[in-house]
Amino acid sequence: MQSVIRIILQRLALGFLTLFVVSIVIFTAVNMLPGDFAQAILGQGATPEAVESIRRDLGLDQPPITRYFQWLGGALQGDLGNSFAQANFASFVGADSGVRTTVAQQIAPRFANTMFLAAVTACIAVPVSLTLGILAALFRNSVFDRATNVTTLTSISSPEFFLAYVLILFLAVLNPVLPSLSNIFEGMSFGDRLEKTLLPALTLTLVVTAHMMRMTRAAIINLLASPYIEMARLKGMSPMRVIVKHALPNALAPIINVIALNLAYLITGVVVVEVVFVYPGIGQLFVDSVKIRDIPVVQACCLIFAAAYILLNLLADILSILSNPRLRHPK
Amino acid sequence: MNTLLTLVLILVAVAAGGWVLRFAGQKITNNAPTFRDMPFAVAFGYVLGTCLLAFSIWYFFQPTQNEAGVPNAGVVFFRWAAQFFIISAIAAFLFRALGRTVGTRGSRKLFRQMPLTASFGVLVVIIYAFTAIFAAWLAPHGQEEVFAKVNVLPGGNAATGGDPLFPLGTDQIGRDLLSRLIYGAQNTVGIAFVTTCLAFFLGGTLGFLAATLQGWLDQVLSRAVDVLMAIPSLIFALLLMTIASAWAGSERWLLTIYMILIIAVIDSTRVFRLARAVGLNIVVMDYIEAAKLRGEGLGYLIFKEILPNATAPLLAEFGLRFCFVFLTIASLSFLGVGIQPPLADWGTMVRDSAQFINFAAFSPLTAALPLLAAGAIALLTVGVNFVVDWMLHRSSGLKE
Repeated sequence: MQSVIRIILQRLALGFLTLFVVSIVIFTAVNMLPGDFAQAILGQGATPEAVESIRRDLGLDQPPITRYFQWLGGALQGDLGNSFAQANFASFVGADSGVRTTVAQQIAPRFANTMFLAAVTACIAVPVSLTLGILAALFRNSVFDRATNVTTLTSISSPEFFLAYVLILFLAVLNPVLPSLSNIFEGMSFGDRLEKTLLPALTLTLVVTAHMMRMTRAAIINLLASPYIEMARLKGMSPMRVIVKHALPNALAPIINVIALNLAYLITGVVVVEVVFVYPGIGQLFVDSVKIRDIPVVQACCLIFAAAYILLNLLADILSILSNPRLRHPK
Repeated sequence: MNTLLTLVLILVAVAAGGWVLRFAGQKITNNAPTFRDMPFAVAFGYVLGTCLLAFSIWYFFQPTQNEAGVPNAGVVFFRWAAQFFIISAIAAFLFRALGRTVGTRGSRKLFRQMPLTASFGVLVVIIYAFTAIFAAWLAPHGQEEVFAKVNVLPGGNAATGGDPLFPLGTDQIGRDLLSRLIYGAQNTVGIAFVTTCLAFFLGGTLGFLAATLQGWLDQVLSRAVDVLMAIPSLIFALLLMTIASAWAGSERWLLTIYMILIIAVIDSTRVFRLARAVGLNIVVMDYIEAAKLRGEGLGYLIFKEILPNATAPLLAEFGLRFCFVFLTIASLSFLGVGIQPPLADWGTMVRDSAQFINFAAFSPLTAALPLLAAGAIALLTVGVNFVVDWMLHRSSGLKE
């Protein structure tokens, strides 16, 4: 047990170290921007005094290392700075009202929306892919297996927007059962929200199911040659029972791992789907900020995406250690 | 609620049909093993499959428009999809048959073992390569040529707002969409191919170098790759594209070059991992030892000893990597920060024509435009994936 805790602590430390380095990478990348924001926003008529004033206002006159630690310190306390685009540059004419939209205020509701989308997708995708994987392993090399294989391979290799538009075409335009735009706002009832989220969630399900289903199938089939499966078969167990009772528990480690990896993909890979459905999530905000070069928001979104990605990968890592006795007791 | 009830009723009916099928089979064949040992799920599957097939055939032969001349869009789209499916299956079959009779002994043998999906993939790749190389000859007009007729509807029928000169119509500033679709093959696929090659050159060389030299170089490179891989690739690409767009300023073509470099670097990390892992397994071999004792240089070791022995896994990785790069570029273009406007490109075409999909009920052809461009992207990645899947299956020797 001791060694397990030690391994997990090691992984956690490594994860946070990675996150720290990633934050440096993000900060450095953003600071490689030529010119500066003050110059850009004031355009051609910028007087040196005005530029200086905005630079001071946004803290751009500090050296990069000071700014990095200010940013990181703020980020750790939940303060991600002020959005450039939302900032009112009233202070240098002496009319600052002091009320500003902070990045954290902008991101928080959208992050919740994205998590909701990911959760709905996971609730559909995980059971579906497990069932399909088990059935494909049970009826391996049959017509059903091949058809599932080809279908999932097709859906995983298509771009998200293709799947999204095909679903919109069939489920929103030709047969209007679901709304094609996900305009979600605060105070919506859960049912309404779910209905609006369903189409993006279905698109994401199509994207992630293939990977999980194929992994489930492969993990189970890998075990079918083991002696204890042979034993169970000779005992006269039905093929379904052999797989569900004997093969599945031993195949869980790679399956859990792949589910966690796909969840990581869900939180970060939603950008395109959110744009297609105009879903008010963090991915949409990120793309919009990229287009107008709103640096604090881009930085913050990047950091959040990277953190979610690293944490879920870490979770996958730890779960696969916990579920595998050979890794739990390393020699 | 009504549709849900109907669905449940249909499923119950199919379940009953499955039970009847098994029972009747057992009675008629006097308990032949096929029916005696048939699990209920299999019987259910057979009946469900037959019902779906029958429904598809019935739906396929529904009229495409009603008496008033309003198109029945659902049937139109279904027909297109079914026709495409049947034609591609026949084409793949014929192509495989051709490959089995023509060519060298090795290639004939390869085609004999090929499943239909893989031969379809090979055919798709060949067609795309042909279109990309000869786009200038195949396209009726230039990709940047602007005509006076704007917003011509697809179909080429003058009565419905089309023009035989422009079979797929023109866009809002009067460029021929068919030509842009064909040039899209050249630009999108060409740029993705160049990017993948660059990623492989970079990642492969560094990976083999790390595997051969080991020591601090290996440590530094591996840790750097770990950090880069910890950031989701599309997010990182978008972040760097923000900066690149500032660097490029008003020079639009520079942005495309930056995009190639950015995606190549991001994807080379994945190639590095694989090349290093494969390389580490090879450098412990005796023939490497022998080459080292002969006094061969580093370049010889990497390109003449390690590379030829690492071709198989790298080739499969090349296919997969190409798909990822291609999809990343298409997604970036779709989001508006990828390949820049004067060049025709599929991702941008999807974004520009996306709202046409709402006209599906009145004019299926117009609504098909965004799907055509997106489908062109999907078809190539699906084809490459089919081929790679078969290659991996063959090399892993998984038979069960």
